[in-house]
Amino acid sequence: MMTRNPIGLLAVILLGLSVPAVAQIDLSGSWQSKNHEDALERGAGPNPDDFTGIPFNESGRAKALSYSQSQISMPERICAFYSQWHMMVGTFGDKIWNETDPVTGKTVAWVVGAWEDRAKMTIWMDGRPHPSKNAPHSQEGFTTGVWDGDVLTATTTHMLSGYLRRNGAMTSDQATMITHFIRHGDILTLAAEIVDPVYLTEPYYITRSLVLTPNLMNAGGPPCIIGDEGVPSGSVPHYLPGKNPFLDEITKLYHIPTEAALGGVETMYPAYRDKIKDKFTIPPKCSKNCGLPPGL
Amino acid sequence: MAPIDLTGYWVSIVDEDWRFRMVVPPPGDYNGVPMTAEARKVADVWDPSKDEASGDLCKAFGAPAILRQPGHFHFTWQDDHTMRLDVDTGTQTRLFHFGDWKAPAGPPTLQGDSVAVWEIKGGRGPQPDPNAPFLNVDDPPQGKGTLKVTTSHLKAGYLRKNGVPYSENANLVEYYDMIREHNGDLMLVVTAVVTDPQYLREPFIVTSHFKKQNSDAGWKPSACTVKW
Repeated sequence: MMTRNPIGLLAVILLGLSVPAVAQIDLSGSWQSKNHEDALERGAGPNPDDFTGIPFNESGRAKALSYSQSQISMPERICAFYSQWHMMVGTFGDKIWNETDPVTGKTVAWVVGAWEDRAKMTIWMDGRPHPSKNAPHSQEGFTTGVWDGDVLTATTTHMLSGYLRRNGAMTSDQATMITHFIRHGDILTLAAEIVDPVYLTEPYYITRSLVLTPNLMNAGGPPCIIGDEGVPSGSVPHYLPGKNPFLDEITKLYHIPTEAALGGVETMYPAYRDKIKDKFTIPPKCSKNCGLPPGL
Repeated sequence: MAPIDLTGYWVSIVDEDWRFRMVVPPPGDYNGVPMTAEARKVADVWDPSKDEASGDLCKAFGAPAILRQPGHFHFTWQDDHTMRLDVDTGTQTRLFHFGDWKAPAGPPTLQGDSVAVWEIKGGRGPQPDPNAPFLNVDDPPQGKGTLKVTTSHLKAGYLRKNGVPYSENANLVEYYDMIREHNGDLMLVVTAVVTDPQYLREPFIVTSHFKKQNSDAGWKPSACTVKW
């Protein structure tokens, strides 16, 4: 590495002398979600056949294609989709605070408050171990954290199966989520990966940024409330292999070839564009879910 | 001293905004962009054939949009005070100037004038939980520092390939952070904030991520395009 200027070097030395052994920054506050990326997915929801960029294995793809949105009308499944991954791809912001030891005042845990359908994430900072691999799983899962300089890295295990994308792409209960909390002034960047040996061939990454707001953001109560929408018991809405009726939706809307819509690790990388280049033409003008509020 | 080493080749991971990045989205699809009414008027008459006819092919490859282009990114030091970023998609070059650099006079440019500073971060935290399924690797780069780049004097261009505009009044602030993932992969996370009083109602904030490569594999310089 190269020395760039002597003033910078002096600043580094001085900073190095003044930094405590365990550096932490304050993550607490109300962090507003801007949803400037993946806006449709975070808002109205993704197209039912949009699995682009997901490193599915065959099981993951088959599971996704069998999914019917009507499943969330089942009392047994109405809350079944929202693991901690929802923090990365859902629409809401985050209320974050720290829990302290009443005697020492040290931070025992950082807490990312719940929403209406996601359980709170308690990031234990006191060195407690993750539970045994045989311990029960929950919607909340179990999370521990460490500071790397000013970046908090949280590892979550013991989640229930949940959604990876809100259209039937799922994570298994064997998934592990690793989240980095990176603060730049009034911007909080979350960089997360999910590792799932059951449904994915590679880690799946999402990064998003939140903005500190002076408006109080209350954390939600119990995650999801089970309701009865009159769906008769005894059957699970689904599509048999080859029978998913939405398989050509993004091909019609966006001219994205079906093989790209089906995902797979190749679709995560730029080289994949070469494979679909000759099949693509600019689609017709957007007619719905085009993204601007009324009046604009 | 640079607290993190960005030099080398990086590749985009495109698993967000796929349909806005890997292909050209439909005209009029403005999902997620806090556009002003004036911006909408401009975008509504976007015509790629006109850009093609005028030879203005690189409007979606300017500094505020180039990191969203799927591609390969090569960081090098041009000299002791200048970091260089080459991008194969659209064959673009950005220069990040450290120290007391003064921008030359002249018209605004596609990549603008970029001033860079290192934001040095603090020390190390406690050791990770040995029962966690993935141990943090030794000496992770995260948290050691951030490269902050501020870019201005930009020629007007597109935030997205379908004609969502930014003006010559736009400013770009970027934060470059490195992360070591559980499997040893080095990731680059770039948080970009575009402000534009003419075409944006509020700062437009997107975060992109890239994976470090051991070689120039996949490096494939290509020309700017407007229909692909």
